[in-house]
Amino acid sequence: MPRPRKPTLAVWKFASCDGCQLSLLDCEDELLAVAGAVEIAHFAEVSRAVGRGPYDLSLVEGSITTPHDAARIQQVRRASKYLVTIGACATAGGIQALRNFQDVQEFLRIVYATPAYIATLATSTPIAHHVRVDFELRGCPINKQQLLEVLSAFLHGRKPHTPPHSVCIECKRRGTVCVMVARGTPCLGPVTQAGCGALCPAYDRGCYGCFGPQETPNTASLSAWWHGHLGVHQIDLVRAFRSFNADAEPFRRESETHEHP
Amino acid sequence: MNTRRTIKVDSLARVEGEGALSVRIRGDRVVDVQLKIFEPPRFFEALLRGRAYREAPDMTARICGICPVAYQMSAVHAMEDACGIRVDGPLRALRRLLYCGEWIASHTLHVYMLHAPDFLGYADAIQMARDLPEVVQRGLQLKKVGNAIVALLGGREIHPINVRVGGFYKVPTRRDLAPLAERLTWARAAALETVRWVATLSYPKFEQDYEFVALRHPNEYPFNEGRLVSNKGLDIAIHEYETHVVEAHVAHSHALQAVLKDRGAYLVGPLARYNLNFDRLSPLAQEAARQAGLGPVCRNPFQSILVRSVEILYACDEALRLLASYEPPEHPAVALVPRAATGYGCTEAPRGLLYHRYTLDEAGTILDAKIVPPTSQNQKRIEQDLAHFVAQALALPQEQLTWQCEQVIRNYDPCISCATHFLRLHVAREDA
Repeated sequence: MPRPRKPTLAVWKFASCDGCQLSLLDCEDELLAVAGAVEIAHFAEVSRAVGRGPYDLSLVEGSITTPHDAARIQQVRRASKYLVTIGACATAGGIQALRNFQDVQEFLRIVYATPAYIATLATSTPIAHHVRVDFELRGCPINKQQLLEVLSAFLHGRKPHTPPHSVCIECKRRGTVCVMVARGTPCLGPVTQAGCGALCPAYDRGCYGCFGPQETPNTASLSAWWHGHLGVHQIDLVRAFRSFNADAEPFRRESETHEHP
Repeated sequence: MNTRRTIKVDSLARVEGEGALSVRIRGDRVVDVQLKIFEPPRFFEALLRGRAYREAPDMTARICGICPVAYQMSAVHAMEDACGIRVDGPLRALRRLLYCGEWIASHTLHVYMLHAPDFLGYADAIQMARDLPEVVQRGLQLKKVGNAIVALLGGREIHPINVRVGGFYKVPTRRDLAPLAERLTWARAAALETVRWVATLSYPKFEQDYEFVALRHPNEYPFNEGRLVSNKGLDIAIHEYETHVVEAHVAHSHALQAVLKDRGAYLVGPLARYNLNFDRLSPLAQEAARQAGLGPVCRNPFQSILVRSVEILYACDEALRLLASYEPPEHPAVALVPRAATGYGCTEAPRGLLYHRYTLDEAGTILDAKIVPPTSQNQKRIEQDLAHFVAQALALPQEQLTWQCEQVIRNYDPCISCATHFLRLHVAREDA
């Protein structure tokens, strides 16, 4: 009997730091097992070999920032049965979406002596603004256990299990004393989606929101607390909400509220 | 006979980021080499303006997922320089330990997964694992130990959360660090095996007269501190960097190319560090290098994989030394007050020198930022290597020449995400 064909996996990079695709290589104990369960058909960071599409599962890292990439993501979508975005760049535009709040021509002049050589869009946008996305995995960077969960779910035709609740729940599970209540440290945990394992509070630091907004976050209430009880200035509220997930809708709205209070 | 040739790789694999190469050959002459970097620009230097000084380590880490610690280290040193403080003692030792972790993880990734497959004719490490499962497993487990150091000290492997200007948010106890010692003892033995294994690969004969540039410290193999020196007379403090190095913007690249004023291209990275600091390696690393057939001077860029292996061994050895002498500091960070000033930071990323400069106002807001990653410094030198290599390898069949050109680029472990991101190789042969 012929063996069933292994599902094909492709990994694509747009504007990003490589960290989320590196998460797959950081699964040192599972990598060869993953490579045994799927055929890695396209993964430029790992292999010279390039398998032709269509692909059963495409993992997409990075945001869309150039006209060329806006066209390329359409090709990736057409060649993919399922398309999963990995990380804050692909799901919210990433840190480079800070340009969305400013004049990109000014940015060009600051960095490059000859801006005419650079083709860039005025914005950095998530993949879902351009094509249909089957699942979005959060994080800057993503959590590798969650990545394995996503791969396993798609291989078995089920929905990935990634909790939508806030980082606060993870702190409680971990037994970490609340840094905001006990130490008065500003923390974005109450409005940030879980998934990192509540790392920052475990290291005596407030969460800085790298997994982006949780479902229906009450950002206004958190800001009022930061400002009223912890003495955080408006400019620092803008900075807090305007980082790695700056253009995720609830964070964008909240940062704009404090920009012109 | 058609004597025009084009060697073209549209998408260079096994590098971090997106780029291409174009080489045009007319007869037996290489007429043009362009290392093209198409990685979309992300404008970090611009988006740092207006941010708080304390945000720089986390924000600049996002330039590169493979060497975030390097960005954090250059950023914190630059900020501390601006604020006029020094971080010493156990906090300094912990930073060195963290850097050891990144070197082990990043170098091992490159040696086993990105570079070794070239020497053995595999498309990737996964194919290589079918024939050499123990070798690839050793690489993965060695990489894992490097990542374990970064995860323990930094909170996670990629974009660690525990580094701050002045030190850390939380420092480990001796007991927290204890489990690392056993793993590092295994890792040091695995690193020694790695050097021996890599020494059995065959290297194309190719030597170049490089100007090597690296940090040099009075008594350590360099990570975070030292003077900037070269084998051709450069010896400057890091704040003098921009008076000696200029960046040029060329049409075919989104990365700015750095060159030494009046001297041209130079090389940074493991080969430069090794050649300028052999005497600062631990006795074990020196001995392993000698047994692998390396002298104190190595000018063959294909042997960078061997030098990288020696540096992995050194990093394991150094991490064990740091663990043995660690006493937790009283405070996790040195207190500092920002002031209006300019600060400079230069550290040794796995791929080479990483320069940061920040100008702050009295509130600690960043007014101006400059970042020069290792790959933009090597970019010009990679193009020169390619020109010289192709000229002596014209007899090779197209497929083999193309592959070896890719290998010439991978010798540098280029991080195009840093320099911006993406390589394509395009070699054109034209009629004379």
